[in-house]
Amino acid sequence: MNNILTQIGIENYIFLSVVLFCIGIFGVLYRRNAIIVFMSIEIMLNAVNLLFVAFSTYHQDAQGQVFVFFSMAVAAAEVAVGLAILVSIFRNLGSISIDNLKNLKG
Amino acid sequence: MSTVLIIFCVLAAITLSTAFLTVFSRNPIHSAIYLVICFFSVAGHYLLLNSQFLAIVHIIVYSGAIMILFLFTIMLMNLNREDEVHKPRFTRLGAIVSFCLVCLVLIKIFIDSKPIVEYNYTGEDYQSIKVLGKVLLNEYMVPFEFASILLLVAMIGTVLLSKKEKLKK
Repeated sequence: MNNILTQIGIENYIFLSVVLFCIGIFGVLYRRNAIIVFMSIEIMLNAVNLLFVAFSTYHQDAQGQVFVFFSMAVAAAEVAVGLAILVSIFRNLGSISIDNLKNLKG
Repeated sequence: MSTVLIIFCVLAAITLSTAFLTVFSRNPIHSAIYLVICFFSVAGHYLLLNSQFLAIVHIIVYSGAIMILFLFTIMLMNLNREDEVHKPRFTRLGAIVSFCLVCLVLIKIFIDSKPIVEYNYTGEDYQSIKVLGKVLLNEYMVPFEFASILLLVAMIGTVLLSKKEKLKK
């Protein structure tokens, strides 16, 4: 399975990750539960990571995979801090519907 | 149709359907479970692209750490209810329309674009754990250390954020 991209084609991977990214956008726009919004952001990050790995294989270069490694570290940090913020929001407001968070609205 | 292509199609179908179910299911616990399946199928894609290290790291970090974090947060907030009020119909319609438009535009862009570099397989080893470790710890030594600092700062910030505030007198 070495010449995998000659059998599958980079286009299929591009389409897959584009659709996955759009599902993430859709989730952010559609739901108002903040946890589901977070999960949609994770889906978007995963779509980009998948494209990074596919192009790393296409160019036969390890640097794309190193970049994915760093983006995973950033995603882990982001999720930890974001969920802590959500917990404190829940403690103060009693719900995590994002419609309650409009104090900054002018 | 070769076997690899069939495996790819099955994995892609699992990824997309579970991602959709993550967005659509009412119960947050169900969303989390579907997201775990989605992450596992993405790890399958990584394995298909022969990047073993990233597949294992993806399973450990995403399906292990992040999803446990999500599940524990859902449990802490006791969100296991299905009484979420939905957005107004106008907003939902806007979400669907913008989803279709973004999908259409991106796919059209990628169909019309021409590849700059042609893919020719040279057989060079570039993604085994040995090579990746050398790249990571030689060229990317400083960012690697900064990633550890970032994780440490995130840990301290999380502890500070989730501590209960003392009542001011």
